[in-house]
Amino acid sequence: MSDVTTADEWTKPLPQPDDVNRPYWNAGVEGRLVIQQCPRCSHRQFYPRALCTQCGDEPEWMDCTGRGTVHTFTIVRQMGMRPFRDELPYVVAMIELDEGPLIMGNITDCDPESVEIGAPVAVHFVRAADDVGVPYWRLSAAGFRPSAR
Amino acid sequence: MDRTPVIVGTGLSDYPKAPHLDGVQHHVLAARRAITDAGIEKSTLDGYVGVGGSGGMMIDDAVTMAEYLRIDHRYIDGTMTGGSSFEFHVQHLAAAIREGLCDTALVTYGSDQLSRMGRMLGTGGFQRPGQRVTGPIQYEAPYGNSLVGAYAMHAMRHMHEFGTTSEQLAEIAVGVREYAMLNPHAMYRDPMTVDDVINSRMIADPLHKLDCCAITDGGGAFIMTTAERAKDLPQLPVYVLGAAGAQTHWNVGQQVDFTSCAGALAGPVAFGRAGLTPDDVDMLMFYDSFTITCLILLESLGFVPKGEGGPFVAEGNLKKGGRWPLNTDGGGLSSCHPGMRGIFLIIEAVRQLRGQAGEAQVPDCRVALCAGSGGWLSCIGVAILGADRP
Repeated sequence: MSDVTTADEWTKPLPQPDDVNRPYWNAGVEGRLVIQQCPRCSHRQFYPRALCTQCGDEPEWMDCTGRGTVHTFTIVRQMGMRPFRDELPYVVAMIELDEGPLIMGNITDCDPESVEIGAPVAVHFVRAADDVGVPYWRLSAAGFRPSAR
Repeated sequence: MDRTPVIVGTGLSDYPKAPHLDGVQHHVLAARRAITDAGIEKSTLDGYVGVGGSGGMMIDDAVTMAEYLRIDHRYIDGTMTGGSSFEFHVQHLAAAIREGLCDTALVTYGSDQLSRMGRMLGTGGFQRPGQRVTGPIQYEAPYGNSLVGAYAMHAMRHMHEFGTTSEQLAEIAVGVREYAMLNPHAMYRDPMTVDDVINSRMIADPLHKLDCCAITDGGGAFIMTTAERAKDLPQLPVYVLGAAGAQTHWNVGQQVDFTSCAGALAGPVAFGRAGLTPDDVDMLMFYDSFTITCLILLESLGFVPKGEGGPFVAEGNLKKGGRWPLNTDGGGLSSCHPGMRGIFLIIEAVRQLRGQAGEAQVPDCRVALCAGSGGWLSCIGVAILGADRP
């Protein structure tokens, strides 16, 4: 899991790493997807927070496989804001990670019409800044999914 | 002293297009009309509730508006849960009036969204490109989801799990349009068919242009007081029978169930307080930002079992003459949606319960349920209103 490309010029909204979420955005630069898990109650969560949303304890980081399935999605066909407007139509999806939590992302490098709920996907990253790697998703080849649920 | 909370006055500003009014003036015009409708002296108002944040240049948050309107309040609330704010306000005000925190309160809203921005359907991006984003939106902003897309993801999952169809969703828009044709002020009044909806341009799959609400100007206001005070006022009082609110998430990426909403939490509380069930309800005022919003509210509030909403609406149950007529003012889908529509749900329900709805009148309307949806099916506020004393 080290599929990282570097954006020539990042013109989309740029996430701002802070003391809580820095490990998440930094991991992306290295091509790793991380989420949080609670050492006390084992609850897993996304997005990064300074507490476990279930029990309130302090969560720890865990590595993900970078695989998941499409929980739901849409094909955005109208959007006024650049640069998104120049990329229409594109897929925005909620990915159900193999580890459990849902995470939003784009499914890239595919015909938007080919996306289906339940389709397996794999993560890749775009380096948006020195400290920010943004996760994206691609449809996995059929049959190439060792951790199928 | 009977402190049962009642609504005794309502007012609408000018809509759907009012280039002569800015956002604040929508609040003001609606407030003046509500005060006149209630037959009270402005000086008797001792509570103010409102919410700004339609994004205009005019600051219209609760404290600014209380100052502008000059209401010497001893109770103020500016709770902001998006479009459902006003159903939450009913919940809060009902408690405040019962408790004696105030006697007579004014609630207002106003927005010049259409005149200010023109039509921006589906362009709902809230961040500027290249700009650093902080807070939870940073996990979504890089992906260019649209406001329509957030609801579309609900519709897509609902279709996947339950076989709901675009034709079924379109029936909701068609039924609301039929009511809009009875409202001379409504934004869209031309006859519309299911085919018109599903053949309109796709904005974010599976939602078409005509699955989406209008963008308009507009403002609204209502006045709540005690049943005791209402005895001396001209309008039939409308009783707050039960009100409740709940939240599952704010940003859509944190939604826990894309086929449901917090109505499943708030609904039973509101019905419990009212001592009623869906069978007792005569008409519905749902926040129809999109057709799917209505379907999910209908199911989550228990009017139909989860997953059965599609066939149910296709049978015409939400249309004029149906079991639960929906959005008799023409709704946000066809009449008036200036950004946060929740206040119009209350105002139209009051019109129905007073028997003042003319051609759109639901026969013998005694109980109306208002369900606001704020954010992205995030914060659901439910207010059950009645013509009869609880």
